Amino acid sequence: MEFFRIKHDIPFMRYARITTVISAVMFVLAVGALFVRGLNLSIEFTGGTVVEVHYPHAVDVEHIRVGLQKAGYHDVTVQNFGTTQDVLIRLPAKQNMSSATLSDEIMHALKTQDASVERRRVEFVGPQVGQELYEGGGLALLLVCAGIMAYLAMRFEWRFSVAAIVANMHDVVIILGFFAFFQWEFSLTVLAGVLAILGYSVNESVVVFDRIRENFRKMRKASVPEVIDNAITRTMSRTVITHTMTELVVLSMLFFGGESLFYFALALTIGIVFGIYSSVLVASPIVMWLGIDRSNLMPVKKEGEGVDARP
Amino acid sequence: MINQYPLWKYLLIVAVLAVGVVYALPNLYGEDPALQISSSRGTPIDMSTRTKVQDTLRQAGIASQPIEAVASSLLVRFSNTDDQLKAKDMVAAALGDDYITALNLAPATPGWLTSLAAAPMYLGLDLRGGVHFQMQVDTVAALAQAEERYVGEIRTLLRNEKLRYLTVARQSTGNLEVKFRDVGERDEALKKIKKEYPSLVIKDEERGGEYYLLASISEKEQLEISKFAVQQNITALRNRVNELGVSEPVIQQQGSDRIVVQLPGVQDTARAKDILGATATLEFRLVDTEHNVEDAVAGRVPPGSKLYKERKGAPVLLQKRLIITGQDITDASSGIDQRDGSPAVFISLDGKGSKMMYNITKDNVGKPMAVVFIESKTETRMVDGRAVKTKKTVEEVINIATIREALSKRFQITGLDSSNESRDLALLLRAGALAAPMDIVEERTVGPSLGAENIAKGFNSTLIGFAAIAIFMSVYYRVFGVIASVSLFMNMVLLMAVLSMLQATLTLPGIAGIALTVGMAIDANVLIFERIREELRGGNTPQASIHAGFERAWGTILDSNITTLIAGFALFLLGSGPVRGFAVVLCIGILTSMFSAVMVSRAMVNLIYGQRKLAKLPI
Repeated sequence: MEFFRIKHDIPFMRYARITTVISAVMFVLAVGALFVRGLNLSIEFTGGTVVEVHYPHAVDVEHIRVGLQKAGYHDVTVQNFGTTQDVLIRLPAKQNMSSATLSDEIMHALKTQDASVERRRVEFVGPQVGQELYEGGGLALLLVCAGIMAYLAMRFEWRFSVAAIVANMHDVVIILGFFAFFQWEFSLTVLAGVLAILGYSVNESVVVFDRIRENFRKMRKASVPEVIDNAITRTMSRTVITHTMTELVVLSMLFFGGESLFYFALALTIGIVFGIYSSVLVASPIVMWLGIDRSNLMPVKKEGEGVDARP
Repeated sequence: MINQYPLWKYLLIVAVLAVGVVYALPNLYGEDPALQISSSRGTPIDMSTRTKVQDTLRQAGIASQPIEAVASSLLVRFSNTDDQLKAKDMVAAALGDDYITALNLAPATPGWLTSLAAAPMYLGLDLRGGVHFQMQVDTVAALAQAEERYVGEIRTLLRNEKLRYLTVARQSTGNLEVKFRDVGERDEALKKIKKEYPSLVIKDEERGGEYYLLASISEKEQLEISKFAVQQNITALRNRVNELGVSEPVIQQQGSDRIVVQLPGVQDTARAKDILGATATLEFRLVDTEHNVEDAVAGRVPPGSKLYKERKGAPVLLQKRLIITGQDITDASSGIDQRDGSPAVFISLDGKGSKMMYNITKDNVGKPMAVVFIESKTETRMVDGRAVKTKKTVEEVINIATIREALSKRFQITGLDSSNESRDLALLLRAGALAAPMDIVEERTVGPSLGAENIAKGFNSTLIGFAAIAIFMSVYYRVFGVIASVSLFMNMVLLMAVLSMLQATLTLPGIAGIALTVGMAIDANVLIFERIREELRGGNTPQASIHAGFERAWGTILDSNITTLIAGFALFLLGSGPVRGFAVVLCIGILTSMFSAVMVSRAMVNLIYGQRKLAKLPI
């Protein structure tokens, strides 16, 4: 079976302007969402308390909220978590407050209301730890970018490394934009997913770049856009199949992995979809506009041989 | 033929896969509910202990598997958790407090695998349920305590040297201030203090006709004190966790002043926090017998003394001078006083403590000495709808006993109400006081049902994802797809084997990492197969296409995996807890996938197609 029997190269570079405009618009929208709505950071980053409880019967969230407010917890958020029997209770971190007994007090308040409640999970993060995790996360993002750029610059050429990182940061910003727009919870696990997808979708650019380099050697007479078009067309089958495979697993996590992995899988899903698009239709035009040509990729010595061999 | 590996390469691949299967196997056997019995105070575990446990279980009619000896403890496996819980109470009661009986989940790995040192991965708290605490040690408080101690020691020194001073006090800035009326005595004192306490930085000063010495603890010593406080707290926590009866607890330092405590299987977090967080310490002080307690209660507390309360509320006047604190105690046990048969606690002190104890008690035989229990609690109260955190110190006299002789390294406390009281006091003294208060800055509790659910869901989604890929690949690339699916499966086996060999902790993000690795590892095979198809399309022979496909794709596979490795590595460096687990799985998964996708699938292709002349390839 074969889905992609493409006889002629698709002139991707002719549409470069359009695809870049689409990207730019998406990017601006994502940045806008980030600025206007901001990320809904989980308590791992902000500090605070989360209590997940389970009831043997369906419960009314409003009833629990009122009960907790009566017990003195005013800024508490109560929501269903997956099913009507599972409830998630969140309390923000207070200045100078690191009372770890809070979760026990809340459980006590819930028990007096309905003795059948079962504690499933408690997370308490002090504001200081949250701040550290936040900084650690930001630092990890920078480190990944720097590492990938350095590697690509070494393995290919600086133009490729710039193009790849621009394309992939564009993915990251769009994922973050989605999380900001829909106010999905951004947790440490989601961040891990985003970083993994950053490393993964750079793969995509690498495969295309590899082909571009090979084509420069083989297609001596072709223009730069033709070389790039050919590289993209010929790797397209692999691109789509690979991403479909990864997406199959990610979707299986999304649907069967439970609430704990839901947003992680969601971030990966968005990352994969935009990863295909950006590494092909964002990275390659950037490489072209940065003025890549044959001489950039040929080691000096070999170029000399190349000149001799030319008819 | 070009597509043939030398024999040694096939053998190597088979050997690696065989090792992988063996070491991945233990993960399939699950765990048995079990009891782990270890000694709490160096009491040997021998045949008699074993017999005792056996008899207890037989009498209670609880069925168990034969008792195993593991390291220096005993392990009893049960068929279900009900039996396990029932047995724990019975065995704990039968053995007494010289032994620790802890609930445990023992891997049900068969003997032949254990003999090969094959063990399952360790499940993280999010999968097995339990509590994770991160605590911040208040090193400032530890310093303050050290300064208070110096105040007492300087007072004693000056008194012994017959140097008259006006006051010795600790200022809020942390400096120690000694006030003198006479400049000569001040200078003499400066010499003495400098000689006795070289780690103090001392300045002299004159203000308003009075002479002062200002002492502060040197930076080097301050660092030592903080370090010691953290170490001491870790030791105290270890002892307390042992008293809690938790198997496989993790207690380790993180950073300069944090401690991480992980208690698998513990569900009663309130009790765990009470016991771990009790920042209790003990102090031994002489009772002030010269002054009247009633006067003190009325407000006339003599200088040099302080008013305390007993547990039952009666006021007691104690001297401010400290004899020793709980930190000086190395061991404590409960027992019976040989002279009159009353309950007693036997205490052993370290070198410094015994010196202090001797110096003070030799002059005070026949006088009463008090044990003060000090607990600092952080309370959060709601004031006008806002949470206000207050630090509260509870000080109570738990015991007053008469000094019968000059005490030093070993001595006993009597005058306790009951043997229960003596046991509790011994436990508290033994478990050790914390050198500095701690705040819980992070807590994660996962219930056992959620843990089990996490495992099931994580495992299922990986399996479903794998099945979907295998089906698609087999349809799309036919025989080659089947080969890719087999090597993908082998990749999972190898990944599990490596993680088990490293005894890595598997967390839910770790399972997600396994799933993601499965989805990403197939990329290598797709790259190779697409390349083969392309070569075939270009008019190459099947054998040449296979060869070129594998060779040319290799560079790309390497490049693309290295970028993911970089991401994984950064996550490992900067991530915390569960995210680290994800990073480890991701990195190892990438490495194993390069082996399985390239070597294993190439070997299979070679074996199936490498030997013959082919007109077409089923790809």
